Amino acid sequence: MKIAKYDYSMIRKWLPVLFLFAYVITVAIAPAFAPYDPLEINMSDRLSEPSEKHLLGTDHLGRDLFSRILAGGRVTVGTGFLVLTIILIVGVPLGMLSGFIGGRFDRYFMRIIDAFLAFPDFIIAIVLSGILGPGMVNLVLAIVVAKWGSYVRLVRSTVLAEKEKDYVLMAVISGLPAYKIIRKHLLPHVMGNVLVLATLDLGKIILMIASLSYIGLGAQPPTPEWGAMLNECKPYFYSSPHLMVIPGIFIMCTVLISNLAGDMLRDRLDIEK
Amino acid sequence: MAYIVKRMMEFLLFFLLLSFVSFVFIKLAPGDPVKQMLRVDEVAVTKEQIESLREELKLNEPLYVQYWYWLKRFFQFDLGHSYMTKKPVFDELLSRFPATVMLTCTSLMVMVFISAPLGTLSALYKNKWIDHASRLFALVGSSIPSFWLGLILMDLFAVKLNLLPSMGKGTWKHLILPSLTLGIAMSAAYVRLLRSSLLESFHKDYVKAARSRGISEKRIFFFHVFRHSLIPVITIFGMSLGSLISGTVVIEVLFSYPGIGKLIVDAIVRRDYPVIQGYVLFISLLIVMINIFIDICYRYLNPEIRLKGVERR
Repeated sequence: MKIAKYDYSMIRKWLPVLFLFAYVITVAIAPAFAPYDPLEINMSDRLSEPSEKHLLGTDHLGRDLFSRILAGGRVTVGTGFLVLTIILIVGVPLGMLSGFIGGRFDRYFMRIIDAFLAFPDFIIAIVLSGILGPGMVNLVLAIVVAKWGSYVRLVRSTVLAEKEKDYVLMAVISGLPAYKIIRKHLLPHVMGNVLVLATLDLGKIILMIASLSYIGLGAQPPTPEWGAMLNECKPYFYSSPHLMVIPGIFIMCTVLISNLAGDMLRDRLDIEK
Repeated sequence: MAYIVKRMMEFLLFFLLLSFVSFVFIKLAPGDPVKQMLRVDEVAVTKEQIESLREELKLNEPLYVQYWYWLKRFFQFDLGHSYMTKKPVFDELLSRFPATVMLTCTSLMVMVFISAPLGTLSALYKNKWIDHASRLFALVGSSIPSFWLGLILMDLFAVKLNLLPSMGKGTWKHLILPSLTLGIAMSAAYVRLLRSSLLESFHKDYVKAARSRGISEKRIFFFHVFRHSLIPVITIFGMSLGSLISGTVVIEVLFSYPGIGKLIVDAIVRRDYPVIQGYVLFISLLIVMINIFIDICYRYLNPEIRLKGVERR
């Protein structure tokens, strides 16, 4: 029989994730409210200070900074989210398979993952975008390759720990097919851990996207990306410091929100890192 | 000893694999290297010239023969010449490397000077204002983009106050801003780590034992708690030594500091393949060597690992 009373503790537990999700959705729809076209060049009104006409001023090509920030949020945060999604789609099934099958496959596969993990993720990302060339698509690919290893490892170790428990053994004995065991019994355990790691990682990934774009390996002008915007505005930062301060604050706040959400989620789910 | 030999064999295998992969990748890269090399001279290129250079570079041979020649040249420290500067890649890397090492060391110093006192005070005065302040520092510090922090510091110290140079390399003054930026960015994580490690140690049995023997609190702290708390910190530090080197890349670009990070970013933007390839090999060898070195150190320092074997996550 189903219990009628709804369990509100679930919602409380996942509140940080809901917050983060709400933030991401806000950022995603924000460009619709931009007062100007973020790519529209207006040389007669360049490098203007924040005013009523331009809420945050304009950049060196007379583009409205506020509109560019909104559009850039979609690019930066959206790319970060895209990277995480790809990592989860690739990493979770591979980790589960490796943990569930075990044996020789697991051993060799883990050697490969170890080789990936031995390198700092930033170096992998730089080397890959070096080989593939600068650009946003290559950047996504590079960060996915740099980051997926730790997810496979985490999922695998969770599966290994759960696999040995009695309830899984019971399921095997009762003749439950493997895919059902994975979906019904192992996946819920795995997803808790993975979501904590993912929330903690979102901030790092956004920082990585912004940093790589800043050094010119990610988004290319005129794409409004927060890191790339800082790079574009660098020659003007003596005269118009607001061009440099504002995108930085937006990056910082975004990363801060995701870090806070990750920390809270970890404390609530009581997971040791 | 057998362990070291085993690690070395692994290392060799890994190197061969890596060098082959990077060799093939660069081969697959768009653009004909022969035309690229000749194009820079800005003279009309004839078909014969292309053919003779092809012959000279052994580009007409099958791939594995090319790889063999390339490997042979690699062991003679010949990584080819940069398309842009025409200098040998190996010399270029070697001349830039000390600057990066220098920057890494000074940033480390800044990091220790910030995180050791802050982490200790934070643990000693748990839930007092200094603890809250240092936790806020750790949270903001880990969220701040390092290049933005650098820009702000540059604006403050180089432009507004005009105290320090903002770009380039030369005197010790050039090192201050980059290492301050990197040091602050890194110390955030270590403040947290040291704090939690110290708090954990406070409740260990050996602390109770020391207290019951009537040893003064000061002595307990410095000779027992602090020493033990350093073990996890050093462990994490060893693991992140590689990422320290990667952290310098952004900072070097920001401050136009001529290290290998600036070199690789310039090479990537200009599609300078020999330099990219050289960097890939150089940096991966470096990191693998660091990892092996740290592994061996652990085994030497910590008898527990030596007896049980390294526990894999």
